[in-house]
Amino acid sequence: MQLTFHVQGGDFTRAGDASSQVKKTLKLLNIAPAITKRVVVALYEAEVNIVAHAYRGVITVDIDPVRIVLRLEDEGPGIPDIEQAMQRGFSTASPEVREMGFGAGMGLPNILENADRFHIDSVVGKGTTLSISVNLQA
Amino acid sequence: MEQQTFHHALKIRHDVCTGCSHCMKVCPTEALRVYGGKALLYPVWCIDCGECHRVCPARAIVVEDDDCKDIFNYKHRILLIPSVFIGQFGASLSRQEIIGVLLNLGFTDVREAEHGVDFLIDEINRYIQTHEKPVISSFCPAVTRLIQIRFPALVDHVMRLKQPLEVTTEYFRQWYARQGACPGDVGIFYLTPCAAKIASVKAPVGDYASPIDGVINMHYMYNRVLQEFQQRGKDVPPTRYETQVSARGMAWSLTGGEVRHIDGKGLAIDGIENVVEFLERLENDEIAGVDYLELRACDESCPGGILTPYNRFLAAECIRRNADAQAASNGMAGDYQKHLAGAIDVGKIRPRSMVKYDLDITKAIRKMEKARELKSVLPGVDCGACGAPSCEALAEDIVRGQAAIEHCIFIQTRCGKRGLLPQEQAIKIMEKIWGKEKTGEEEPVS
Repeated sequence: MQLTFHVQGGDFTRAGDASSQVKKTLKLLNIAPAITKRVVVALYEAEVNIVAHAYRGVITVDIDPVRIVLRLEDEGPGIPDIEQAMQRGFSTASPEVREMGFGAGMGLPNILENADRFHIDSVVGKGTTLSISVNLQA
Repeated sequence: MEQQTFHHALKIRHDVCTGCSHCMKVCPTEALRVYGGKALLYPVWCIDCGECHRVCPARAIVVEDDDCKDIFNYKHRILLIPSVFIGQFGASLSRQEIIGVLLNLGFTDVREAEHGVDFLIDEINRYIQTHEKPVISSFCPAVTRLIQIRFPALVDHVMRLKQPLEVTTEYFRQWYARQGACPGDVGIFYLTPCAAKIASVKAPVGDYASPIDGVINMHYMYNRVLQEFQQRGKDVPPTRYETQVSARGMAWSLTGGEVRHIDGKGLAIDGIENVVEFLERLENDEIAGVDYLELRACDESCPGGILTPYNRFLAAECIRRNADAQAASNGMAGDYQKHLAGAIDVGKIRPRSMVKYDLDITKAIRKMEKARELKSVLPGVDCGACGAPSCEALAEDIVRGQAAIEHCIFIQTRCGKRGLLPQEQAIKIMEKIWGKEKTGEEEPVS
């Protein structure tokens, strides 16, 4: 089963809509709460990244009985140094964004922590693609 | 393992129900449908919040309480009254007059349910030191049940301590034993402002048995007290009873009554819709830095309970005024500590998640895909004419085999236009859902 969401850069009031929808879906499927939580946390962080940094993005969520695969493709500035971006506390967020409670530099590390598989691709000046996978069985 | 035994205090009287669907539209767990012209309840999804009872114009939803005559099975008949009960009478009757009448109705002793609050405050503050934050208060049984059903991931946040009513009951049970009363002779009854408290006595959440012997409906007792006072007011001597509850205890059941005394950052939220909205955010991990959550299903908390006849705002004001006249502490915390310490854990609270599709994940995904397809065909109007609360609920019912797509009045119209559904058949469908009375009389038999 596949769900698709469109995310608009800069629209913080709607950041979290996709993760809310996905959470609702996983609950209806009786996915274990601990797994749902990992998916939702990872997706929320990734969704906020698009809102905070990119111009727009598309999220696709594939659910099968074995795993949940999240793919987030954005059009945006891209990440020049992925290794640096993966470090806890590293942030390029503006003071305004931090003021709103975002941009603490925990996004990517948090995604990595909650994912069973994680892949990041970025082209400076074009955009970033994240692929996150969470297994349903331990 | 999920809990399988529930007790529901709310019952639908099908002889009175007109199938108007008001209840169906307000149920926070979508546990109600209309079929055969009557409201039907999926009992496993019901949390006893009573929203349906509140909106039923036919008064077809009733609260099943204990028969007041049951009290005479006991030699010592103790009634525990919450401060909300005193608040029902505004300034018209004093606590002494009210308790005087209650004693005249057959109770041998009347005590206040919030007697143990001071002790509990110390215990809660100790509890939140060592448990995952935010700790969610278990005071409101409808909220605890809501979390079990709709927010299973948050179940471990629910505070595993007994509530004032239970702590007070156990204290007085022991107190009677110390006075030499035979345990079987002591009957402790609670006067409840809501249905959820009845459910929590009959089927407590956790691994313990409720210490309360019976529950009496506040609406009923309010009428009895007023009636008794009208008829024999002057003959009933007021008691000399002085309250044994502190200011903190007396205001405990009001919105904000708990958080005010909790160390750390606390939030008080009342009204089931507000609670659901907040829990959604909490479940998404969007809420940080909160230590304690006081969540109450009713607007204005217990004064807004479905069995409270008096206006909730006036009742709350009256209770607050009564509380302000009391000392901050009733000096009982030490005694409670001595007798009840270590006996107030409720044990494990388990989720009671709703199986909307299937327990088997492969089947569940297939059914959900089917429901999504159906939903895209349904109008999204959520009119309820199909007997389900929303288009989404109808789609779910269809894949579970509990409804058909022709139940949708828009689909009927669409099919009718194309000549796919004869009008007589459409009428029959609507009659099956809403009963024959609402679709007009049957054609006279010639």
